Amino acid sequence: MTSMILNGERRAVRAAAETPLLYVLREEFGLNAAKFGCGLGQCGACTVVIDGEAVFSCITPVMLAENRQVTTLEGLGTAEAPGPLQRAFIDAQAAQCGYCIPGMMMRAHALLARDPDASDAAIRAELEPHLCRCGTHMRILRAIRLAADAMRPRSTAEAGR
Amino acid sequence: MGLGVVGIAAAGAALAAAWRSEIAPVPPPAPASFDPALVRRGADLALIGDCRTCHTAPNGAAFAGGLPLPTPFGTLYSTNITPDPETGIGRWSQAAFARALRDGVDREGRHLYPAFPYDHYSATTDDDVRALYAFFMSRPAVSAPPPPNELPFPLTIRLTLAGWKLLFLRPKNLAPDPAKDEVWHRGRYLVEGLGHCGACHSPRNLLGAEITSRAYQGGEAEGWRAYALGAASRSPVPWDEAALMQYLRDGFHPLHGVARGPMAPVVENLAEVPREEVAAMARYLASLGAGPRGEAAATPSLVPASAPGQAPQAAGAQAAIPAAGTDLYAAACTACHEGGRPPPFGGISLALSTAISDESPRNLVNLILEGLPVRGGTAQPIMPGFGAVLTDAQVASLAADLRRRFGGGLPWPDLDSAIREARAARRLAARPAAAMTR
Ligand code: FES
Ligand code: FES
Repeated sequence: MTSMILNGERRAVRAAAETPLLYVLREEFGLNAAKFGCGLGQCGACTVVIDGEAVFSCITPVMLAENRQVTTLEGLGTAEAPGPLQRAFIDAQAAQCGYCIPGMMMRAHALLARDPDASDAAIRAELEPHLCRCGTHMRILRAIRLAADAMRPRSTAEAGR
Repeated sequence: MGLGVVGIAAAGAALAAAWRSEIAPVPPPAPASFDPALVRRGADLALIGDCRTCHTAPNGAAFAGGLPLPTPFGTLYSTNITPDPETGIGRWSQAAFARALRDGVDREGRHLYPAFPYDHYSATTDDDVRALYAFFMSRPAVSAPPPPNELPFPLTIRLTLAGWKLLFLRPKNLAPDPAKDEVWHRGRYLVEGLGHCGACHSPRNLLGAEITSRAYQGGEAEGWRAYALGAASRSPVPWDEAALMQYLRDGFHPLHGVARGPMAPVVENLAEVPREEVAAMARYLASLGAGPRGEAAATPSLVPASAPGQAPQAAGAQAAIPAAGTDLYAAACTACHEGGRPPPFGGISLALSTAISDESPRNLVNLILEGLPVRGGTAQPIMPGFGAVLTDAQVASLAADLRRRFGGGLPWPDLDSAIREARAARRLAARPAAAMTR
């Protein structure tokens, strides 16, 4: 049986080892932020973070999450207490239909964790695997920039400690 | 290699006579002075020669140079071949251009490094040199000095290259073959000359020269294997003229897979040249023979195992997979590679994959890690990479398993080092997709 650390908590998975992680998240754990878009690793809607790396959960068999840290959008904050990235997306009103947004946010989360000072060009290049049918790209970029700016003083302060 | 360097240096020193004189600068010719038809021909020839591919930096102006070319000897930067008088070739006469192309000596008389494939371009006819000159001299001039090369002494002494040339630069023997038709001859001229296929597909010796006795037996380029062509090919299905044509034109073939790595820009260039030129290249390449493996193998069915419609999408695919334990291939690969759809919408059957039958695991490892990234604006098969989620041990076990199932060869002894090298290259490139697109 697969066991993973999901948003900070150790969870046992009932589904078969080859089940796509996306299905496990949505059906077994009721975490519906990650979306099914294409099922082929081509749109980014299902993106989650495993051990700091953004991955397409639709093509990732859950066996690969064994004993690893899986973070979904639900792990970044709640409706009542949104995390800085979520706050920035709300402030920038970056969602149109919103279907692509959780995936975009998770990849941005991984990028900013790795490189808090990511340039606009780096953010663009990083998000290249993600599609948005609604065309909110400019607002998404603005939201990520906002989030990076909001997070930076804190991360610099932490680094200084 | 140390000895080799000394060897080159010695040969170079002995060759003071190899000094080449400067060719006098000319006022930059007016672009309008060239016949448009000649310029058009030059454009096609420049595509076949892949000039743009090396002489353009990522996101840089076309032909303005500056692309870093990692070689086993150090990093070279491609030069500016726009007609800018100061930083490009604006003051080069046609004679100077011809000498650079065919002898590897620039207008000032300096020997050029053989990363510039003059060992192939030497075959270029006078007419084609004229067309290429007309093409380049009518490009927009861009002022862009190339970054200095990063080479160790004594390779910084260009005269050492005279020694290299003395040892390795031989005129191509392109004597007519009465048994062959005109198309074949045209193809041979393009493949051996401007197309410089052997620059990647032939192995090189310790001094970086192609080993002519082992032409087309497979080489490497920028962290990728350039597969053996012709008789040494390890393709599970023999290549034929039609398949070569389709692959070179479309960038993929349902029985052979997708051109990626440094081959991707090559097929993008060939997609733009007149059909007959590519057809001629395909005819010549087909005449190099089919590999032993290819000749023996029957063509496997294009639609393997699962019935069409059973596993159309990755996320829906687990239903089609029998309880497979921790079988990574079954869990991660079969949905596309046994999904019953040929490329471009599905993956090829891995029984057809030369990446798996090849003697080196490097391409398979690259593909597992990076997939087939989208290349701007082309309708091409794509594959997601698994490098972000697979550990090195998992990549190794998957690659070894694929080799066992489909490779028909011995296990790869150098699998772990190939994975280490591919990971290191991937880290260097901020984003693999961006690094591979130019
Ligand atoms: S649903 Fe996973 S990439 Fe589209
Ligand atoms: S907001 Fe609708 S797809 Fe991006």
